[in-house]
Amino acid sequence: MSPVISPFSLFFASILTSNILLANFLGMCSFISISKDMKSSNGLGMAVTVVLVITGMANWAVLHFILIPLGLEYLRYIVFIVVIAAVVQILEMVIDRVSPALYMSLGIFLPLITVNCAILGVALFIEIRNYSFIQSVIYSLGSGLGWWLAIMALSAIRKKVDKAPVPAGLQGPGITMITIGFMAMAFIGFSGMLQVQ
Amino acid sequence: MSEAKAILKNNIWENNPILIQILGICSTLAVTNLLTNTLIMTIGVTFVTALSSFTISIIKKMIPRKVRMIVQTLVIAFYVIIVDILLKAYAPEISKNLGPYVGLIITNCIIMGRAEAFAQSNPPLISFWDGFTSGLGYMSVLMLLAFVRELLGFGTLFGFRVMPMEFTNGGYNWTIMVMAPSAFFLVGILLWIAKETMLKQETGGDK
Repeated sequence: MSPVISPFSLFFASILTSNILLANFLGMCSFISISKDMKSSNGLGMAVTVVLVITGMANWAVLHFILIPLGLEYLRYIVFIVVIAAVVQILEMVIDRVSPALYMSLGIFLPLITVNCAILGVALFIEIRNYSFIQSVIYSLGSGLGWWLAIMALSAIRKKVDKAPVPAGLQGPGITMITIGFMAMAFIGFSGMLQVQ
Repeated sequence: MSEAKAILKNNIWENNPILIQILGICSTLAVTNLLTNTLIMTIGVTFVTALSSFTISIIKKMIPRKVRMIVQTLVIAFYVIIVDILLKAYAPEISKNLGPYVGLIITNCIIMGRAEAFAQSNPPLISFWDGFTSGLGYMSVLMLLAFVRELLGFGTLFGFRVMPMEFTNGGYNWTIMVMAPSAFFLVGILLWIAKETMLKQETGGDK
């Protein structure tokens, strides 16, 4: 049984209060290394959102049409990661064909996405929370947009922080983590409005 | 033997996966609000890192270079499934608490990092040791984090109450310690302390 959640609150909760990055800590590695540069952050955020929606749907279908009927749920980790790798690979080829310009700007980020834990995390959350197909699409879209929003905000903040007189030991990752902490607090502030789980 | 010792020191302090390389924090920060969960989770990570490094080192000559990433991922996924099944069988409660984060060990960058950086070019036994000590380096930092968070957030350690009840309930609200932001703050502070210490050690460093 799928839980009863209004699509609207699921969408906004996945962007704000249950932000995949700030509340669930997923996709941190690329988040920290890429957010130095705003343009790359934008590209990666876009790519993550697209891949999330596609893999969210694909993994839901694989789980419900193949793994559950065959009783092979314990293989889900392997299957999910293979689906993700395949989707990323196909997407890379399609984008290369259709829009070389977009390929050039996304190029380096696409392969990185396979190992972005947010993608696998969303697939696993969908499975654990028993979302229906429509809910999975909304949740993966919302999570992608939430990740995108978070990385854009952080890269904008980091631009300012770079110029600030931060103690030597705190420079780099240290101050970035603390900045993310403040962002997480701000996002949690929305939980008075809506919440999922 | 001295090589093994050097690797131990390197992985726990000089090149600690979290403090220096900032790797693999994603899936584990989420469970650092309770010591028990953190301990189980990091044991799982250590197990997977050690054994997948070992396995990859054995089969490295058989894998074509082009597909090695996917083979490595599959090896890692294989061990993660073992951890998942063991947890479900022997610690169903903890398995439920950890939720999707056990599966997310697969995308933990440390494991892939050790496989690529070490196991790919070293013999099996020393790769096992390298993976194992990386796991220990990881565990030590996360346990420290969980210690602070559980103590201040719930007033307990491993579920046992060590602080008086009033500490967490009576007027002072430390809920922030068990929520996401505190993990980020604490990691930030930890990174600061580690880097400051290292800068001091480097006498006459360039900064």
